[in-house]
Amino acid sequence: MAKIVVDVMLKPEILDPQGVAVSAALPRLGFNFAKSVRQGKRFEIEVEGEPTPVQLAEVEKAAETLLANPVIETFTVRVEK
Amino acid sequence: MKVGVVTFPGTLDDRDAARAATNAGTTSISLWHGDADLKGVDAVILPGGFSYGDYLRCGAISRFAPVMEKIIDAANGGMPVLGICNGFQVLCEAHLLPGALTRNHELHFLCRDQKLEITNNKTSWTTSFSMGQEVVIPLKNGEGSFQCDDATLATLEGEGRVIARYVGENPNGSRNKIAGITNERGNVVGLMPHPEHAIDTLTGPTADGLGFFTSVLKALVK
Repeated sequence: MAKIVVDVMLKPEILDPQGVAVSAALPRLGFNFAKSVRQGKRFEIEVEGEPTPVQLAEVEKAAETLLANPVIETFTVRVEK
Repeated sequence: MKVGVVTFPGTLDDRDAARAATNAGTTSISLWHGDADLKGVDAVILPGGFSYGDYLRCGAISRFAPVMEKIIDAANGGMPVLGICNGFQVLCEAHLLPGALTRNHELHFLCRDQKLEITNNKTSWTTSFSMGQEVVIPLKNGEGSFQCDDATLATLEGEGRVIARYVGENPNGSRNKIAGITNERGNVVGLMPHPEHAIDTLTGPTADGLGFFTSVLKALVK
């Protein structure tokens, strides 16, 4: 069984208040490595067998239609073994 | 004149929206998200709440409800549609309005009486106001920050399609303090604050919100 992973991120120009809050919390815990943090979403989609090009195209379409809002977000689709 | 008020699973403000429509002199008709039927209404209100628990993104799942396909067609044909709060989010997800509503910039859920300036009184939902009129109606949301790209913002501002702006401090980080916008034709309006909660002083801070509902009556009888 393979897993298709869709990662969704806010576009760089869109303010990400959650990422800002996380980035402010890190130094309070002694973690001083982060210049900035942005938070996104990850979808894990299981399919039977190896994903076919047709399935991947469908996932791409679903990501564009439902999983991500292209007005404010970008997404990537990849297969995870 | 019949105004439909849509109920999705998780909608909160359908009763108040229906009451506002009735008090303004229209007949309110309940519309169910799962029915692809507008029951012959002349206008539609998408009320506030947390449809589908705000899962995925606010309004993202509601946008594909059977009733929405009919509303999108009707709106494109010129039917007046008002989206309040969650309804505004649904209209953006449905691409009937540009941009998107994202998390308030300080992450807090806000609930307060908010002063607004009416900046377009030509739409189906705003003719009862005068230009520049200040109104006070409740604002209550967690994801009310209006965002769009620079080109869209320039278009909205250039065409006078911002219908209301927050007065004073920007409560949620919305670009240009935008509280509400309209489409090119002026029949579809999205508004973050809740006029249906301010239609009489018994239950609301003012009766300023009633103007949105009397406006649509005027638009319909024209």
